[in-house]
Formats: sequence, structure tokens, C-alpha cells
Amino acid sequence: MCGIAGICNLSGPGRISLNSIKHMVSVQKHRGPDETGIYIDDHIALGQARLSIIDLSSGAQPIHNEDKTLWIIYNGEVFNYPELRDSLIKNGHRFYTTSDTEVILHLFEDKGPACLNELNGQFAFAVWNAVTKELFLARDRIGIRPLHYTVQNNRFIFASEIKSIFTLPDIERRLDPIAMDQIFTFWTTLKGRTAFKDINELPPGCFAKISNGKVSIKKYWDIPFYSPDEQTDSGIDDIVQDISDLLHDAIRIRLRADVPVGCYLSGGLDSSGLTAKVVGDFNSDVKSFGIRFEEDAFDEGDYQNLMASHLNVDHKEITATNRRIGEAFPDVIRHCEKPILRTAPTPLFLLSKLVNESGLKVVLTGEGADEFFGGYNIFRETKVRRFWARQPDSQSRPKLLEQLYPYIFTNPRLKQSLQAFFARGLENTDNPFFSHMIRWANTSKIKNFFSEDLKEQIGSYSGRDELREMLPASFGKWDYFSRAQYLEASLFLSNYLLSSQGDRMAMAHSLEIRLPYLDPRIM
Amino acid sequence: MNHVETIHGFIVENFLFGDGGQLTNETSFLDSGIIDSTGILELITFLEETYNITIADDELTPENLDSLNNVAKFIKQKIPCAE
Repeated sequence: MCGIAGICNLSGPGRISLNSIKHMVSVQKHRGPDETGIYIDDHIALGQARLSIIDLSSGAQPIHNEDKTLWIIYNGEVFNYPELRDSLIKNGHRFYTTSDTEVILHLFEDKGPACLNELNGQFAFAVWNAVTKELFLARDRIGIRPLHYTVQNNRFIFASEIKSIFTLPDIERRLDPIAMDQIFTFWTTLKGRTAFKDINELPPGCFAKISNGKVSIKKYWDIPFYSPDEQTDSGIDDIVQDISDLLHDAIRIRLRADVPVGCYLSGGLDSSGLTAKVVGDFNSDVKSFGIRFEEDAFDEGDYQNLMASHLNVDHKEITATNRRIGEAFPDVIRHCEKPILRTAPTPLFLLSKLVNESGLKVVLTGEGADEFFGGYNIFRETKVRRFWARQPDSQSRPKLLEQLYPYIFTNPRLKQSLQAFFARGLENTDNPFFSHMIRWANTSKIKNFFSEDLKEQIGSYSGRDELREMLPASFGKWDYFSRAQYLEASLFLSNYLLSSQGDRMAMAHSLEIRLPYLDPRIM
Repeated sequence: MNHVETIHGFIVENFLFGDGGQLTNETSFLDSGIIDSTGILELITFLEETYNITIADDELTPENLDSLNNVAKFIKQKIPCAE
């Protein structure tokens, strides 16, 4: 795992400062503490800070093809690289490293953007064609690895993290009012936008081409929807077996590393299942790591210890005390690079520190299972509210919400208010955003605290209207569960969980997370 | 198709993944674990849509909804002329 950065002249050749690219790389040292590398000519500067995990000795970047016409900098892992490498060798390619980076480069050389369909992994990379003077950037399907860019002063500037772009003195640091409106509605910006004005994110599942001074962005993958006709007719036993086989293989290829791989173990179903499969199928000596809380209501330590003892794994834990959360919070925000609505990233920041101090660079995590297997309460809540909407005057139907959220229905005096809360928008079951409208309306109340100036800059902007334009064309015809699942995965998972609670918190302590449930074959 | 067959088909398809071997006309949906509280929701929605009826709060009882026979009897009461 690494940090990448680049500066590309859009109006022909011109000197690019070596110090600029060095600085862009050095502020991302937490992403890649092991070594750095730079390529520079009169069109482009590419820099990379490397966390060495595969090919420790010869994988230094940038990496070039046989005739040095293509150069790549790369942040990530492609887990099926040995299979891709074998087929590339058969096609005549010669390799000078054993890294996955070089595999991507040769595959790109052969297939262009279509190479992305063959990569099973988590990545953000840039390839420079020194002959055609074209730059190609791409990001993994669901957005596990970050990639940001800006086009300013006839330059295309990009980096894993925004703070790298901000090292350039002529790049202005301004908050984007529209981004503030989006974050305080959806918990995150909509695809492509960041909290900062004119700093963009290459959206998940997209690639960018920079050619003849023009930037074009294309989507190569989206969260799939399968209509009832396309869904499997297999029985439950076959489905369980298929998923189990897929998960086995997703874990197998994610254990490929030249360093030990650990597991996050929260005590919940997803991480417990993952750790159990690692122990049972691959490595009984795996180390696991968990977070404890000093407040009993949040603490899942008993479940962690039960699972760790059942699997007989070496389990380490960190207690995220309120004091520790408070102390670490400013660092957390610096790494998130966006406003966040809860402190939840902070315990993960503390956990990655523990893993780092334990000498590990890679862990598997259970993120993604709830989105793709429908585990979140918001999916059931939608179902209950639709049921209730058929008889809005019913006193019995909303009681299902009490079963769903027993922890917020503890006070009988609040029961009426809570029911009224969930009754909002009950008449809008046909609205494509029905599943998430309550959450968004609730979050939007924070905007009452915006300054008058900020409110004025936002004006009549509607994030919902913009989001509606971004949805797949057939979205309105999807079943309600698929719609809720798409919104949850494309907004909350891609843009918040995988970033603020994922890559950023892990890389803050030079830790790579790998997510078997987000293997494209499972998604 | 009579009510029992219609409802049997729905239960087997949606809750038993096509395997109705254990389901008799008297099997209690809740006691046997075939349907949980969210499943009851789906059953009621199915009945309301299939038979174009409205099921009121005081009708949401095990006597009406907790087995194939009970549901069939309940539907017959709601729409006596349908079979």
C-alpha cells in the first residue's frame, strides 16, 4: 500500500520542480514509509511513497515496461496478479520485478482501459505514456483506495491524499459550500466532489484519460443490479456453498503477501466468520486485533474474547477510552480530510496504531458484508415502514420498529415521538430515496447551524436532485431492497466507510486493510 | 388453486427456499421458526395484495395467521365468496 502523486503539464513541455513532487510525496509518508521513487521529465512528474508488502526487494516504483515507454505509480494490491502474470509471460512480456505493479503495467500495455475488468483488487494508479504523452488514472471498483485531482494553472495535479496536492503553494485551500451541504445531508460528498473547492475525487469504478490537454472520465464498473429474471434459481444449500467457496478464494488471494497478514476481530458475525475461515482454511497462527470501549453499551469485548478463545488465536486489544478518542480526534480529522458526523473513525485510528506497533502491515477486515448481504437495519427498517405505510393508522405495525431498535425504544415516554419520527414520509413509498429519506432529513437539521454566509452560498442547491441525476437509468424500476442497497453501498460504503473509517484510519499508521467481502465476484 | 395451496406456495418459495417437506397445514409458523416477525410482515403484505383485503390491527393474531389452516380459515372469513 502506498501514496502516489503527480503533476502533469497540460499545455506542452515545461520545467516541473523536483522539490514540488518530492514534497507531495513526503507528506504522504505515513502511506508509504519504506521507500520513495520519482520519475520526472518535461511533461510530467510522478512520485510514490511505498509500503512494501509484495516483492520487498525489487518492487520500487515508478516501474516501467520493457522499452521504458510506459511508467506506472501505484497504490494498492491486485490479488490475482500471479495468474495474470503467467498469461502475460506466455504473451511474450518480460518482467524485471516480481511485483503486482509490473503486472498491471503490462496488462495495460496489452489491453488499455479494458485491463481494469481483469483486476481483482483495491487500487489507484497512474500510467504515463512517454511517447504519446498521455496519462491514464484508474481507481478500484468500489473505492477502497483514494485518488484526488485538480486542474489548475494548466496542470493536472493528482495524489492519493488531498494534503499532498495542497503542498503546492499556488493551490488554494477553500471549503466547497456545496460539499458542506452534501456532507451534512448524506454524511459524505457525492461522487467526484471533496470538501475542498476545485479538488476532485476520481470516483470509484472510474478511469481518467489526460490527453492533448483534455481530461475525460469514464465509468467502467457500477454496483450490479440483477432483476428477478437474472437471479439464481439455485437452492439455499447451493447458494451457501457457492458463497462459501467464493469467500474461501477471496481470502486465499488476499493472504498473498511477503509479510504476515492479521485480522480485525470485532466479535460480530462478519469479522468472526472471516477470522474463523482464515484459521480453519489457511493459517491457525493468525493474529487478531479488536477494539474495546470503556462504556459497556458499546463494548463487544466479551464476544471478541469468546471468538478468540474458540479459535485459539493470539488476540490483542486496545481500549478506546473517551479520553483517548478526544486526544486523537484532531489527527483523525487531518487524515479524513473531510468533516465527519461521529467519532467512529477514531477507535479505528487507535486500532491501526496497535497493529502497527505489533509489527504487522496488513489485516483482513469484514467491511462490506452488511451492504452486499443486506445486514443493516436500514434495509429492514425500509421493509417495516413500507408495511406500515399500507395501513398508516395501524398501532401494531410500527411496533416492529421497536423490535428493530430496542435500544432507542427503551423510554416509554419517547415511544410516541419515535414512532412519529419513523412515520415521516410514509406516504412516499414510491420515492426512489424512500429508504434513506429519514436519515438524510435528520442529518440535514445540522445545516441550521450553518452561517448565513454559507447558507447564502449554498442557495437553493438540492443534493437530492444531483444524486437523482447520478443514479443508473433503470433505478426507478428496481425493487426497493436493491435501491436501498445501491444507495447504502454507493454513498455510505464507498465514500464514508471505506475512506473515513477505512483507508484513511489504517494508512495513518501505515497499515493496509484487505476486504474479502468486497471481492468483485462476491459483490 | 385453493387458499391453502396458494399460501403454501408463497411460504415455501419465500421462507423455505423451495423445500416444503416439513410444512404441514397445522405447522405453527412462529413456533417452528419458519417465519419471524419480519416474515409475518411479508405474509400479511402478500395476503393483502393477493386477496385485495385490508388486515386490521385486531386481526393480527396467531389464530388468524400462524398456520396454513389458520390463514386459509381467516381468508375465507374475510372474503366468503372466494375460494
